[in-house]
Amino acid sequence: MSELIALDGISVHFPIGRGGLFAAPKRTLRAAENVSFAIAEGETLALVGESGSGKSTLGNVVAGLQIPTAGSLRFRGRPLDAAAWKDARRAIQIVFQDPFGALDPRMPVSAIIAEPLKIQGIATVAERRERAAELVGQVGLPRDALNRYPHEFSGGQRQRIAIARALAPSPQLIVADEPLSALDVSIQSQILNLMKEIQEEHSLSYLFISHDLAVVNHLVDRVAVLYLGRLVEIAARAEVFDTPSHPYTQALLHSVPRIGRKRPRGQTIKGEMPSPMAPPPGCVFHPRCPKAADVCRSEIPALLPAPGRPGQLAACHFRE
Amino acid sequence: MTRFVLRRIVQTLIVLLVMSFVIYSLIGLMPGDPIDIMIASNPNIAPDVAANLRKIYGLDQPLLLRYWHWLMSALSGDLGYSRTHSQPVLHMLLPALWQTCKLLVTSFILSVLLSFGLGILAARKPGGIVDGLISLAAFAGISVPVFWLALMMILVFAVELHWFPASGIATVGDGGLRDQVVHLVMPVTTLALATTGGFTRYVRASMIEVLRLDLVRTARAKGAGEMRVVMVHAFRNALIPVVTIMALSFGVLFNGALLTETMFAQPGMGKMIYDAILGNDFNLALSGLLFATLVTLLSNLAADLAYGWLDPRISLQ
Repeated sequence: MSELIALDGISVHFPIGRGGLFAAPKRTLRAAENVSFAIAEGETLALVGESGSGKSTLGNVVAGLQIPTAGSLRFRGRPLDAAAWKDARRAIQIVFQDPFGALDPRMPVSAIIAEPLKIQGIATVAERRERAAELVGQVGLPRDALNRYPHEFSGGQRQRIAIARALAPSPQLIVADEPLSALDVSIQSQILNLMKEIQEEHSLSYLFISHDLAVVNHLVDRVAVLYLGRLVEIAARAEVFDTPSHPYTQALLHSVPRIGRKRPRGQTIKGEMPSPMAPPPGCVFHPRCPKAADVCRSEIPALLPAPGRPGQLAACHFRE
Repeated sequence: MTRFVLRRIVQTLIVLLVMSFVIYSLIGLMPGDPIDIMIASNPNIAPDVAANLRKIYGLDQPLLLRYWHWLMSALSGDLGYSRTHSQPVLHMLLPALWQTCKLLVTSFILSVLLSFGLGILAARKPGGIVDGLISLAAFAGISVPVFWLALMMILVFAVELHWFPASGIATVGDGGLRDQVVHLVMPVTTLALATTGGFTRYVRASMIEVLRLDLVRTARAKGAGEMRVVMVHAFRNALIPVVTIMALSFGVLFNGALLTETMFAQPGMGKMIYDAILGNDFNLALSGLLFATLVTLLSNLAADLAYGWLDPRISLQ
């Protein structure tokens, strides 16, 4: 499998406050810190982590909606600068969490789906309409959906429209930013299956952002675990779920409630995630880590292979 | 849609009927009547003469009966005579209406366009320098009293610079189109500046709200240029609440441009109604106020129709 997109040392910092005499002192929110990973063609990579771990920020970076403070992106081996983005824009699309806010209520479905093509100047009006009709069928909506407006659809149907819209310019990568969390559980599996079907049909890659580990286990090839904007572990799905290396990943997996099993004591994560405006020194996880030692408080752990599993990388001084 | 408009027109007529009674009663309940003002200049008039005059004009009859008589003749197209101007009310009403339309419609269009531009510009970066400057100007526009603004305009542009005439609607003996336009510049500008501030704040607030929505991110993800994102996706969605405010203020402005009309001696509706009420000119005040009511109702109807066009979620039935 060849590399589709690669992130190299991506950091995203947001300035908070403007400083000055009366304003709050200037601070920096570190939403992502030195994150590197790559997605291969046809691969699905999950980005998991707690709320505020920087998942969506990274998703926006990949979709070109957020300019990183530091680091670079590579698409098909080509560095993504402003000129390269013009082409990559078409190839990388995004589906958002809330299907109620993501569709312009003033546009009929046909216009919503055809707009990316219109903006890119691809195809004639008739061809674009034809393409919209084709996509609507592909995501399992009736053809007469084309002339209706978003408010006439349910949440699941709207997410289908959002997916059709993302598919319109024939992308190679779709960033799915928690595409299921706003939907009912029964609808979630429908959308999940739809995403799987579409992936097979179009040989798409997904960057699947989620905090639902059950869904992740169902869909993805590899998993990247984020904590406080840092990549703490990245590996094939089976390795992450069967032999988690980083204590945070272990705790995360233990926190999934299961029927018929008692939660083992002492494995849950204590406390809250520290503020991304004042990350702890050394390993950012050390204040909540059961294994924390002196070295964790001073030295930032590098992302290195777990013992005996060269494909599984974890950023921990005591990886298992 | 047609049924909606028809129903609203019927509603409008009913409201007008009720309002005509309310306004008639309020005017009738005011202390004094036209005879008081007629005889004020002649203190020697005998009480029985005044009583006789009241009888001639029907002012001795009960309020309800007087209203009934007025309503019947109004419905047959006769709005009565203006006492102060000794002319049929319609002859007074129509020129004032035309004058107000010229002043109001131009300044309204001007301030709507200005506030769209400024509001969008300010909303692009809330808290930035551009936003700060525009908000400062908007608050200045909201806070500055119209009479002061009008005086300053007259002082600077008429007295000092001689660019525009200080007041009136035309030069005696001229009255050509250019002359009329020149006379309109200052009142239109004053009225527009007075309303733009508030409108700008509404546009800005509404735009900031919409620009935060995911549909804007979606548009960016589609590769839409900044212009398309802001104008097609954000602005059209932001318009919905703004249209209500603007339609409502149009009705208020219609008879509320009194200060501007007075400062620049524009014989418009506001000034006419004000003078008519002070002069106990019942017929003229009544017709003028009713007309203002009608304009308010119609601008509300226009706002409702605009919703249907702006927001597909609203269906007019």
